[in-house]
Amino acid sequence: MRYTLLLHYPEMAGELDEAAMQEGQRAFAAYTAALQGAGALIAAEVLQPSTSSTTLRQVDGELRIQDGPFADTKEQLGGTVVIDVPDLDAALDWARQAPNIAWGAVEVRPGAVYTVEGEWRPNA
Amino acid sequence: MARAAAELAARASYGRLVALLAAPTGDLQLAEDAVSAAFEQALLTWSEVGVPDNPEGWLLTVARNRQRDVWKSAAQRTSAPLDERLSADPLRDVDPLAIGDKRLELLFVCAHPAIDPGIRTPLMLQTVLGFDAAEIAAAFDVPSQTMAQRLVRAKRRIREARIPFVVPDRRAMPERLPPVLEAIYGCYSLSFADRRDAAAPESLAGEAQYLAVTLAALLDDEPEAWSLAALITLSLSRAQAQRTHYVPLDEQDPSSWDAALIEEGERYLRRAGGGVPGRFQLEAAIQAVHAARRKTGVTDWPALRTLHEALLRVAPTLGAQVALAAAIARSDGPDAGLAALPVDAQRFQPYWAVRAALLAETGRAAEASAAFDRAAALTKHVTVRAHLEARARALRTP
Repeated sequence: MRYTLLLHYPEMAGELDEAAMQEGQRAFAAYTAALQGAGALIAAEVLQPSTSSTTLRQVDGELRIQDGPFADTKEQLGGTVVIDVPDLDAALDWARQAPNIAWGAVEVRPGAVYTVEGEWRPNA
Repeated sequence: MARAAAELAARASYGRLVALLAAPTGDLQLAEDAVSAAFEQALLTWSEVGVPDNPEGWLLTVARNRQRDVWKSAAQRTSAPLDERLSADPLRDVDPLAIGDKRLELLFVCAHPAIDPGIRTPLMLQTVLGFDAAEIAAAFDVPSQTMAQRLVRAKRRIREARIPFVVPDRRAMPERLPPVLEAIYGCYSLSFADRRDAAAPESLAGEAQYLAVTLAALLDDEPEAWSLAALITLSLSRAQAQRTHYVPLDEQDPSSWDAALIEEGERYLRRAGGGVPGRFQLEAAIQAVHAARRKTGVTDWPALRTLHEALLRVAPTLGAQVALAAAIARSDGPDAGLAALPVDAQRFQPYWAVRAALLAETGRAAEASAAFDRAAALTKHVTVRAHLEARARALRTP
């Protein structure tokens, strides 16, 4: 069963010193190494700050392209980790170990379908 | 005859069958439907051919076939390849003559941290005990439709997020057990909650006791689970005496209490053992001290005060604070009790009830009468309000 861990946290990139940044990177590296070692990691991605985001939407049939994130909130989606584990308890166990739990929230969302080589498959 | 046998089987088997059928896939709704259909089938068949030797095994077989039929037709409707979990019958190895008990797993699913606390007790009432949404809605004083929707949503969540049917291991138990105890306690609290309709809740205390004893027996060695069973059983021993009108605990005639339930509750409390007492063990011990008056004729107020002090440390609630003040009044006098009442509890009914009684004891009739009026206005419980209004009136007529 696939779950996506959505990592939400306040964006502090410009405010953090080099040591804090490196500490965060070490924590994420150790986290994904543990996931990989357990055979649970499908994919992980940490995103650039939402200031570099571009959002498209259609308003009255007309395409609007705007700079900035979809929702301008204090905490932003900062990364995703896709894992494959037996059940929600296992997913919650990994979620509580996510490094950003110390400074943000981790949302655990079960997957519905996913693609393998372009073909859709049901999550199971 | 067939009906009686079916009802007996229903009481004993419903939760076990639902838990067993739902565990492999997490589909509680389908399991409930299948078990209900099996019970309906039993009513028809058993009255014709007699009750089978193993009624529960018979019900399981019928329910399982029902579940399989639904899976098959679902697979035909969608052209998608049949899910591995569904193509192999997850229950084919279950021996109908030796049905295990997965109700413990089910209780942990109902009170899983990913389930909204407000729906945990209703889920238990429905899936473990077989109450329908309308009955549960009546107990919770909400519209039937609302309760039905909330139950459906919670069950869908259990299936779709795949909340596993497992008993948490030792490491997770301290975190996972309290919400289960809390949900069962919530069922019990409903039985004396402020409400206009006093008929339904009484049986809820019985259901809460059944759940608590089931949980404690299945866990076997969890002190707080046995303590909750003791707390509810001891409180139930006084329920009959309170049926028609409210009498404060100190004024109740102990001979009206149920001696068998007191003994049963004391037995559960002994099972809880003598470790560092938790919240429910302290609350059960408080009930046991009150119940002891049936044998000794007196209430051990110093012991109650010690227990209430310990309870306030473990569970610092407004209720515990008010209860401690009442116990202090018993050992040190009403003025000491009044001084021990919390200061910021103006909207808390028990605060006004205790304050009123203590003011009356100090002889401040006017203040006491006004406080009884406040306490009466803050309760919806008909018999409690009648009692409080009577006391307020008595203080106004010298």
